[in-house]
Amino acid sequence: MAEQNLVLILVFLPFLGALGASTLPSDARNAAAWLATLTMAAGLAILFGTYDNVAQGEVLRGTISWVPSLGLELTFRIDGFSWFFTALVLGIGILVVIYARYYLSKSDPVPRFYALLLAFTGAMMGVLVSGNILMLVVYWELTSVISFLLIGYWYQSAGARDGARTALVVTAAGGLCLLVAMLMLGKIVGSYDLDRVLSSGDAIRAHPLYPAVLVLFLLGAFTKSAQFPFHFWLPGAMAAPTPVSAFLHSATMVKAGVFLLVRFTPALGGTEAWFLIVTGAGMATLIVGAVVALFRHDLKGLLAYSTISHLGLITALAGIGGPGAILAAIFHIANHAVFKASLFMAAGIIDHESGTRDMRRLSGLMRLMPFTGTLAIVAAAAMAGVPLLNGFLSKEMFFAEAVDSQNGTWLNGALPWLATAGGIFSVAYSLRFILTVFFGPAPVDLPKEPHEPVRWMRLPVELLVFLCLLVGILPALTLGPIMNMAARSVLGADTAYYDIALWHGINQPLIMSMIALAVGSAIYLIFARQIAEGPEGPPLFYRIRAQKIYDWLMFRLSWKWPRVMSRIIGTEKLQPQLRLLVLLAFFAAAAALWHSRSLEFGPETTPVAPGFALMWVVGIACAIGAAWQAKYHRFAALVLLGGAGLITCLTFAWFSAPDLAVTQLLVEIVTTVLLLLGLRWLPKRREEIAEDKLLPAQIRRSRDLVIAALSGLGIAGIAYAIMTRPVISNVGNWFLANAYYEGGGTNVVNVILVDFRAFDTFGEITVLAIVGLTVYSLLRRFRPTSESIAAPEQQQVTSSAAFKDYLYVPSVIMLWMFPVLIMISAYFFFRGHDLPGGGFAAGVTLAIAFLLQYIATNVRWVEARITVLPIRWMGFGLLVAGGTGMGAWIFGYPFLTAYAQYINVPLIGDVPAATALAFDLGVFAVVVGATVLMLIAIAHQSLRAARLREQEAEEKEEARQAGEAA
Amino acid sequence: MEYVMSAAIGILSASGIWLLLRPRTFQVIIGLCLLSYAVNLFIFSMGRLRPGAPPVIPKGGFVDATAYADPLPQALVLTAIVISFATTALFLVVMIASRGSTGTDHVDGQEREQ
Repeated sequence: MAEQNLVLILVFLPFLGALGASTLPSDARNAAAWLATLTMAAGLAILFGTYDNVAQGEVLRGTISWVPSLGLELTFRIDGFSWFFTALVLGIGILVVIYARYYLSKSDPVPRFYALLLAFTGAMMGVLVSGNILMLVVYWELTSVISFLLIGYWYQSAGARDGARTALVVTAAGGLCLLVAMLMLGKIVGSYDLDRVLSSGDAIRAHPLYPAVLVLFLLGAFTKSAQFPFHFWLPGAMAAPTPVSAFLHSATMVKAGVFLLVRFTPALGGTEAWFLIVTGAGMATLIVGAVVALFRHDLKGLLAYSTISHLGLITALAGIGGPGAILAAIFHIANHAVFKASLFMAAGIIDHESGTRDMRRLSGLMRLMPFTGTLAIVAAAAMAGVPLLNGFLSKEMFFAEAVDSQNGTWLNGALPWLATAGGIFSVAYSLRFILTVFFGPAPVDLPKEPHEPVRWMRLPVELLVFLCLLVGILPALTLGPIMNMAARSVLGADTAYYDIALWHGINQPLIMSMIALAVGSAIYLIFARQIAEGPEGPPLFYRIRAQKIYDWLMFRLSWKWPRVMSRIIGTEKLQPQLRLLVLLAFFAAAAALWHSRSLEFGPETTPVAPGFALMWVVGIACAIGAAWQAKYHRFAALVLLGGAGLITCLTFAWFSAPDLAVTQLLVEIVTTVLLLLGLRWLPKRREEIAEDKLLPAQIRRSRDLVIAALSGLGIAGIAYAIMTRPVISNVGNWFLANAYYEGGGTNVVNVILVDFRAFDTFGEITVLAIVGLTVYSLLRRFRPTSESIAAPEQQQVTSSAAFKDYLYVPSVIMLWMFPVLIMISAYFFFRGHDLPGGGFAAGVTLAIAFLLQYIATNVRWVEARITVLPIRWMGFGLLVAGGTGMGAWIFGYPFLTAYAQYINVPLIGDVPAATALAFDLGVFAVVVGATVLMLIAIAHQSLRAARLREQEAEEKEEARQAGEAA
Repeated sequence: MEYVMSAAIGILSASGIWLLLRPRTFQVIIGLCLLSYAVNLFIFSMGRLRPGAPPVIPKGGFVDATAYADPLPQALVLTAIVISFATTALFLVVMIASRGSTGTDHVDGQEREQ
């Protein structure tokens, strides 16, 4: 149990640290560095506390049950391999944290850096200790995302942004492939549990989907580990601050890919396809990386390609498989992390102290910074594979595996030659690094005068180089047990103990090493001048850059082709889009009905009432008339629209829907007023537009007429078919039967709205409030066109004296109606639960009461007397509705559970006192607020136009006076 | 009655759709209003046509569900009426703003190129 908690603490610790660091002020350099150091140190302490258990072959687990009903659990497991890897990540991490404190300048937002670094550590550890393969992919993608932020830390520079984006696109795309691979693995195995997957290797390899899984899985691993041809993102990522490079490209990010390869060897490895693809890609990367590294002039560029090359070496080992190769792979993961981290840090120091990373300008630094120089030379020698250093040992083991591996494929025979070739070039570029930077004449014309860095900046490098030596001289005493523990946890407990020794006698691997050292030195010494003067890249090949191909492709994928597509199949015009939508709906409905043959027309169930038929003759005439007149006679169209609306309202009343009739009638009034207010801002249109009579316009109209007629016919057909079907028992019956007992109201429609389906209504009023606010804010910035600013014709002609008594009697009546309408509104509201009415109807009624005051007088008169604060109404309404809903929580019920009770009020009688009534009050307030807000906002535009008119007149007057004065 | 009702729904929606495809903003707004009448009536008619049976039940006692009109389509349409008012208002404002900033009432913000 204690171990379980320790595992969970370990997993969440970096994220907690990240959260803490992100809240620090941006100049808290020391606090952030301390926080990060202590977090990493605490992680390491926990990890070492578990060493004894893990060393005995125990697998520590921490489990959080997430959705127990679905069997979803977050499982974390630490075995030997993930223990070793986590220790490596935290160990290098703590050194990077110290180093970064002195590397970053005062102007950098340091806490952000540490927060990201800690979060990245957390994500990386998540990859390492996930016990579920899907969770592993989640952490995997998290490392991609956070590395994007880290690489782009100096987001002011275009190089950093591009590098970060490339890294994200490549690694996240690989992550998606990995996700698919993991899903398929889960399907094959029947579980997403890592242990189950790893133990089902035979079943996976025998499955017909194995090749697909393998390819997708390797795409994920190769993109992350920068294997050829996906290697190009890594040099671009060198735009990151050097501590980031030292962390991401030595111990963490890129190592996640090889971690995955080693981890899944039992499940996916051991086949010929695995060997050919993985070892093939690894060897290709080893050689390409080593060759290109030799020709890079940028220090970090050289190190980046060297990293690619070493990752290729590890990948090749994972492809070869078998106990020796896996152990060598793990050993090289550790060794490479140690010497590459120290080299990146040393490069950072050189850059930091001299101001350049260009090897053509650097020279003879040994005299100016002897300590750093010595450290870097030792680390570079480890990179080259010089004996007595850690890099030598694992490279030797790699050579041995290349020689020993026997499986009869063509690639197998070539392995020793390829390995030696890679070794030769890695010696050559290491030598170039040492000789050009530290030896030769004293440097001239550097941006800064180089000198030794502060003590604490060099300390991490010292420690790492000390490790290089220690492991290189005493491998069996230092890393031997841990390596064997890690290999055993990958390959099984019965794996034989492998003794890592410095001296195996003079054998083939040693001869290969010697050849590599000799030939590599010779190549560099002979061609040093040509390399320094040549282009950045191998001769002939420097023109072919994967980065260029990537840019070419991305430009087309994300910019050119989408635009071409949008030009061909897209349109910015509204009419074709709407036509397409209507046609799509029509054909979708037609296709659905064609096959199902469900469009059966029954006989009429109710005889035609002549009154109803006559009513709709008028209604249909109104509808067609509105459509006919909407272009040239807007006012007529508006009146006809109102007519159609009234007939609709009567229809609701006719067929037993009093609530709908009331609401429709009220909304009809508000809509008409609204559109009337809008008419004022539209341009004048005369009937004699010649273009409308032309053939193309007529063709357009006829085509739309056909579409409209067909759609109308279709809708009519569907409506008739459904109406003539017998009623089947449905949920409506349940509402009828339970409205009184459960909802405490007799008006079932209202009970549904405020009780049974109150959550829907809550959503609706929220939408209403949002629309109200949108209308309001849209109109705040609105400027009418110049031709609409002028006062309307009628107002210009009539003198103001005649205008004074305009519609005097109606306006007095409207003023007197104010209290009456408030009364009606209250009446609708209170009877709503039992009889037709309710919050919606009451709200619109009150809005109409306000509106009438505006119509009866004018904006200034009304606003001097009544202050309506529509936004407060809406806010109050939403709070009341939401508060009523949350009130149910107090009694332990779900959101919006209503409670119903009748209270006897003297004189009035039984009053329904359901909490639904309070909810309805919220609905009421929101409806009032939103409606009034919209109408007033539009009405105020006239006021604004008047103000603009006055302004213009004043300006003219001023201009005239100025003219006269001149 | 079903004949009349379905004809009404059909013609309301046909007028609405025709207007929806027109180039002037005011035509489109009238079209949307007509279309919302049609859709509301359509949804309402899913509960069948029942004259004289409003879903207002007595207090207590047994409720014979077949004696009342279906309340569910009515509840759906009630909110739809209010929301369609809100969207009409929103569209009207967009129409006014577009007219103010582009100087035309064409739906594309510019007159058709001839």
